[in-house]
Amino acid sequence: MDSKAHWLDRPRNVKRLWRGFLAVLVLAVLAQLAIMLHPHFAVEGVFGFAAWYGFGSCVLMIVAARLLGLWLKRPDDYYGDGDRHE
Amino acid sequence: MNEWVLHPGLVLIVGALALPWLRGSLRSTALLALPLLVLTLVWQVPDGAVWQLHFMDYTLTPLKGDKLSRLFATVFALMAFGGALFALRQRNRFEVPAAFVYAGSAIGVALAGDLVTVFVFWELMAVGSTVVLWCSGTQASYAASLRYLMVHLLGGVLLFAGVAGHIAQSGSVDFARMTLDSPSNGLILIGFLVNAAAPPLSAWLPDAYPEASWSGTVFLSAFTTKAAVYVLMRGFPGTELLIWVGLFMALYGILYALLENDMRRILSYSIVNQVGFMICGIGIGTEMALNGAAAHAFTHIIYKGLLLMSAGSVLYMTDRRKCSEFGGLFHSMPVTTLCGCIGALAISAFPLTSGFVSKSMIAQAAADQHLLAVWLLLAAGSAGVFLHAGIKFPWFVFFQKDSGLRPADPPASMRWAMIFFALLCVALGIWYEPLYALLPYSVDYRPYTGSHVVTQLQLLLFAGLAFFAMLRYMQRTLTITLDTDWLWRRLLPALARGCGVVIATSMAALHRFGLRLGRRLWSWVLRYHGPQGSIARTWATGSMALWVLVLLLGYLVLYYV
Repeated sequence: MDSKAHWLDRPRNVKRLWRGFLAVLVLAVLAQLAIMLHPHFAVEGVFGFAAWYGFGSCVLMIVAARLLGLWLKRPDDYYGDGDRHE
Repeated sequence: MNEWVLHPGLVLIVGALALPWLRGSLRSTALLALPLLVLTLVWQVPDGAVWQLHFMDYTLTPLKGDKLSRLFATVFALMAFGGALFALRQRNRFEVPAAFVYAGSAIGVALAGDLVTVFVFWELMAVGSTVVLWCSGTQASYAASLRYLMVHLLGGVLLFAGVAGHIAQSGSVDFARMTLDSPSNGLILIGFLVNAAAPPLSAWLPDAYPEASWSGTVFLSAFTTKAAVYVLMRGFPGTELLIWVGLFMALYGILYALLENDMRRILSYSIVNQVGFMICGIGIGTEMALNGAAAHAFTHIIYKGLLLMSAGSVLYMTDRRKCSEFGGLFHSMPVTTLCGCIGALAISAFPLTSGFVSKSMIAQAAADQHLLAVWLLLAAGSAGVFLHAGIKFPWFVFFQKDSGLRPADPPASMRWAMIFFALLCVALGIWYEPLYALLPYSVDYRPYTGSHVVTQLQLLLFAGLAFFAMLRYMQRTLTITLDTDWLWRRLLPALARGCGVVIATSMAALHRFGLRLGRRLWSWVLRYHGPQGSIARTWATGSMALWVLVLLLGYLVLYYV
């Protein structure tokens, strides 16, 4: 196992995975041209709604979590439980 | 009424009491056979009241069947089986029996026809789960179990007060749909919500569950919150408040899970998030929404069990629990990695997994009721699930940078438990008709439309893009994030200490004041009554005769006036 690097460990393959992922993203958006969408709300009719809404809401949540962390983060021995994490 | 139908929950509880005395293969066989026996018994329970008994002036119905009850009892029994298979190598003799008492009580709640029975099994669940926590044997788990028990006993007291008030007012013990028109029904709702890990006491869940053993957390994840989902579904469907409580839980779970470093605490916050979806569905309250919430509870128990099994396997093999210590485990744990990823895809509601066919019904119900804000928040929540549980958990545990750790896959029993649940996650996602047939209302919903698959893929894949684009901000640090348990772990003890100081100081001041007062009183007494005091000292006979003369003269004068 250790003598030969796993195919996922090679930077070249990671780059390929990234490209493949981006291609899938584009395909997922383009797929909606081929399919009749059934929007329940007007906002859903905007092109690629689920894509940019998913991306935007996740960025927003990550930023919100960071802000929450600035306020509420503590070292993990805060409660003094010595064996809590070991 | 049929006394010959056995109560599946009681069978599991009584059977569990015999388990600690069994050894070897007999024990293993019993551990696996008992939940399967219970599963068949669940399906013997017919519709309507089965057991009835008279207690004081009331008719109790400890065993009552309908589709909703059987759905929850089925998945509880299934979970007891999967959990027992996973925990076959657990060396603590009492953990699985305690978990069976816990599971049997959850089945008891699901099959209860009256509020008194619900309450009895409710409290038994708290006892069983606390013992599961104790079996972990660490000091941290013992401390966490006491905090856990404290919250649940508080919830139990509120529930008991509510049930007593409800019975006194309505004269009926039946567990049926209630409205929020009286304080007692409000107390029942609060008691239910405490177990559902609703705010503000939600922190009990991520505080306690990750402290159980590698197998204990698998059991804990399944029963308490989902039994609460069941009772809310039976007692308070369509209560609008629950929509907002559920949405809050869904988003709160995501934010905290994003900040968390302990792998099982990530998954614990994710339980709160998932239960939030279910409670939101119960709040919407249409047949579609309730079907969705029930289906989601069913699939959730399985994929969350699977996720915690994969985390438990990692813990079992490495004895570590922080994401910051892991990475690259996929090299040496292929089965665990694959099963963990299937669980992660299922919780994210990826097409072809169980989450896809269940969660989407809740969103559909929100759309049918034209609740735009609810629908948008649910969609954001779905994207966020992929973020914190779908990618973050497997990425930081199994992939990311190579930590150099090379633990093997866990022993066979643990692998098979994971494979069994992983197969269920995929099978339910493809052949969803049997699940839909179990739901409380008839289902008129097709999950696999081109439109739904494409929009869901867009939502999830772009959530994934957000994760990897912002990976820099997701790196784990050795921190925890304060939650509401800070109130009872820091604030209340500090207040109690503060009160102690105030009381001690005022007692000391009172003591000093008392002493000063006493001294003053004594010196006053001495002044007048002491040996030289004006009242107590001996007087000369002459002055006595003089004063007597004065007195007599005064008397004479008064007599003539």
